[in-house]
Amino acid sequence: MSDQHHRPKFRWHIVVFLAPAVLVYTAVMIYPLFNTLRLSLFTEVDQERVYVGLQNFRRLFGETVWSDQFWNALGNNFWFFVIHMLVQNPIGIALAAILSHPRLRFAAFYRSAIFIPTILSFVIVGFAWKLILSPIWGIAPGMLDAVGLKSLYAPWLGKEAYALTTLSLVSVWQFVGIPMMLIYAALLSIPDEILEAAEVEGITSLSAFWKIKLPLILPSIGIISILTFVANFNAFDLIYAAQGALAGPDFSTDILGTFMYRTFFGFQLQLGDPHMGSTIASAMFAIILVGVCIYLFGIQSRMRRYQF
Amino acid sequence: MTNSKLIGALLASTVIAGAASAEDVTLTIESWRNDDLAIWQNEIIPAFEAEHPGIKLNFTPSAPAEYNAVLNSKLDAGSAGDIITCRPFDASLALFEAGHLADISDLDGMANFSPVAKSGWSTDDAATQFCVPMASVIHGFIYNKDAFAELGLEEPATEAEFFAALDKIKEDGSYIPMAMGTNDQWEAATMGYNNIGPNYWKGEEGRLALLAGDQKLTDEAWVAPYRQLAKWGDYLGDGFEAQTYPDSQNIFTLGRAAIYPTGSWEISGFNNLADFEMGAFYPPVQNAGDTCYISDHTDIGIGMNAATDNPEAAKTFLNWVGSSEFATIFANALPGFFPLSDAPVTLEDPLAQEFISWRGECESTIRSTYQVLSRGTPNLENETWNASVAVIKGEESPEDAGARLQEGLASWYAPQQ
Amino acid sequence: MSIARTNRFNTLAAHGALILYTLIALFPVFVIVINSFKNRRAIFREPLAMPNSETFSLIGYETVLKQGDFFLYFQNSMIVTVGSLFFILLFGAMAAFALAEYRFKGNTLMGLYLALGIMIPIRIGTVAILEMMVQTGLVNTLWALILVYTAQGLPLAVFILSEFMRQVSDDLKNAGRIDGLSEYRIFFQLVLPLVRPAMATVAVFNMIPIWNDLWFPLILAPAEEVKTLTLGSQVFIGQFVTDWNAVLSALSLAILPVMALYVIFSRQLIRGITSGAVK
Repeated sequence: MSDQHHRPKFRWHIVVFLAPAVLVYTAVMIYPLFNTLRLSLFTEVDQERVYVGLQNFRRLFGETVWSDQFWNALGNNFWFFVIHMLVQNPIGIALAAILSHPRLRFAAFYRSAIFIPTILSFVIVGFAWKLILSPIWGIAPGMLDAVGLKSLYAPWLGKEAYALTTLSLVSVWQFVGIPMMLIYAALLSIPDEILEAAEVEGITSLSAFWKIKLPLILPSIGIISILTFVANFNAFDLIYAAQGALAGPDFSTDILGTFMYRTFFGFQLQLGDPHMGSTIASAMFAIILVGVCIYLFGIQSRMRRYQF
Repeated sequence: MTNSKLIGALLASTVIAGAASAEDVTLTIESWRNDDLAIWQNEIIPAFEAEHPGIKLNFTPSAPAEYNAVLNSKLDAGSAGDIITCRPFDASLALFEAGHLADISDLDGMANFSPVAKSGWSTDDAATQFCVPMASVIHGFIYNKDAFAELGLEEPATEAEFFAALDKIKEDGSYIPMAMGTNDQWEAATMGYNNIGPNYWKGEEGRLALLAGDQKLTDEAWVAPYRQLAKWGDYLGDGFEAQTYPDSQNIFTLGRAAIYPTGSWEISGFNNLADFEMGAFYPPVQNAGDTCYISDHTDIGIGMNAATDNPEAAKTFLNWVGSSEFATIFANALPGFFPLSDAPVTLEDPLAQEFISWRGECESTIRSTYQVLSRGTPNLENETWNASVAVIKGEESPEDAGARLQEGLASWYAPQQ
Repeated sequence: MSIARTNRFNTLAAHGALILYTLIALFPVFVIVINSFKNRRAIFREPLAMPNSETFSLIGYETVLKQGDFFLYFQNSMIVTVGSLFFILLFGAMAAFALAEYRFKGNTLMGLYLALGIMIPIRIGTVAILEMMVQTGLVNTLWALILVYTAQGLPLAVFILSEFMRQVSDDLKNAGRIDGLSEYRIFFQLVLPLVRPAMATVAVFNMIPIWNDLWFPLILAPAEEVKTLTLGSQVFIGQFVTDWNAVLSALSLAILPVMALYVIFSRQLIRGITSGAVK
């Protein structure tokens, strides 16, 4: 309101407030990123950079050497995302629902303990789970043996059919704390009057959750889903730490992040190709952008109606 | 000129030695050999600095898996060290062509190396060199001598003896016959295919014929090693599909496996870990009396960043790397990395001595995929990792693997089209 | 009667589920830490056994501490993490305030622009970032890392903080304006203290990836004097790949400080998050 009196005057304070963030962000993040994405329109001939338009994209989608790898990585990435949506987020919601129970004892302890995997680095997570699942160390086979299920053990990380699912579950283990915390916050912010009203009407706690709480936390679930989507399609570190840049066995754990890294920076005798690497990065960017737009304009605008 | 330099050197080394250390030239060395950090710090650097006052060395290794990406980024941006440890063949050739590695053909120290030793770091026409050859590694099999004695086994010389020994170990059951996993993929190709392969394709003869396009990966000589690998799967430990390289090293050094297909680079590490006596044999030949071929692979070179501020100091260091003095220090500090210079070197480690003695008995070659053939997409080396794993796991037949690799190679390599 | 029984049953089931999941969450950490105190043979023979007088060994820690200056690494990690968080929070809150408080042309566009960074991994800009750091002479300084992490953390910080700032009551700010406070004082003295819980949330979410990052320390600041703890412990994983005593000890040393930091900050995190960060 008060601003209107000063309309003709240039409001310098807005510039001052925005400048530091915009400058640092533009110089250190946006400029280097677009400088790199720009490379996808060039190629290198005899040490010279040549503009080739969309030819790199044509190669990526047209030549089987590239497109097979791309679709394989994209498919794996979708499976990686699906597991996070089907396992990580429901477990996170369930844990949050239990934790948000007002008379639960030791809630702070559980909350902290379950969040601990989230604060560990990928190097530690990758190494620890490789040890536990290792056929040599015998922690996993030994434990299964103790409950009489030895026959269920397989060297999961080395089997094409299981490796990606196993790693997705490890990633779920690591990050379940984030949806748990965010849903927990959303559940606590539901006004007590609503819950009390439900109690008066004799709605039991489980159906209260389905009928009253769940619709109210839908927007939070939406945000978690989109954050999961963006994080999963940018993921790289866990697969790299556990299976290396070739994402074995036989590329069965290759996701877009590892494919991009291997192409961009090279690997072993394979030389780095920044041009094809940034082509893949641009494709990743486009995929994420489409996903985010679907969420923003398709899902979120519809969900607003339920918000209180 | 010379006088002033001399005086300068004298001044630097004597009069103001302590106080003027800030004026010393410091050379930073980029390397992926983080295993060797202690050896550089305790042996190599002190030896060099004692002889060359005024030049200080700073050895800054990064993990092998990240080395190429990190080095290339730093070179592109201009923040890389003065001295670059060179991967053999194309990775370094590309750096030279991009102007990152200096031409060192005229360096005095280069005279101490044979053309074969220099081949890993020369242009395709062999006219220009860009790295001083530092070390090679020899492939073979290390075995647990106690286990062999217990089971009454001898070092196998032929393939039939090799598999007979494996059968016997498997039957006995107290040892895993062979310690190798396929999780990390590279062992299957490096310690598998390129370890046993030269016996089939007759070393350099086959390798050069493949390069020239006279042989194909579908030829018997190139498929037969896969046929042998396909038989290996039965002798690897339970769950070998998820067994990593460190797992294999631990299984062997804890005395749980009898044979470890490998290369000489393991020797120094294993000496510290194993509490049993180890022996080594070269890849068994097909029939008794056949000439044996070993992979004596040029693995490490060392070159100069073309953008260094201290080219003279860097050249002084590289010349020293080419000297027999360096060769002796290096070979004995790191048994299993064999110097490539012509200077004779005595090795104190018996296992390393065993490996190097094969140079006299067998014909040497290098890994088949390293020179030129991994230049295009698909990358033959990476494909060989993949195919070797698939064959060992029984997911692809040796013939199919050969055909797939040939198709990939022919798709970009003109002599094979 | 029956209601009380179902309640007790529900409570038991709730505790059962939480205990089970807590065990799953802590088990890998437990395995790493106990084995780091055992000798090599014991690690392999009985990985799940606690160290006892026979198997107890500190050899791994001795190897690790002999090779690197872990206190220096820890100090570097602290400086980088705290410095980056400071700038993320300061700059992020300022920008968030501008976006939430004022109407001006391009407000929405600016908001979208600042959110763009969430969608592309900053790693692909590595070469350009490195080039810039070399030109400005910041390579191998902690400043290079602080700048990158600040840029990387800003999008999420602006996103979360501006949501919060919209909830701060207009009456309060307008009262300040009537009293003649400048816009800067309104921000620093009135608004900032009110969004402290949200700042804590942003701090925790940014702290984790900064502390654990391996890539940028490796590229921008690999020198010994500026090495971070994560980079320092990764060197051991590569270096003593067969020496599991050292690997496990290095991993334990990398886990413990970040766990301690988390325990210190977790109270603020909960308070920040539960006062409605994401509704």
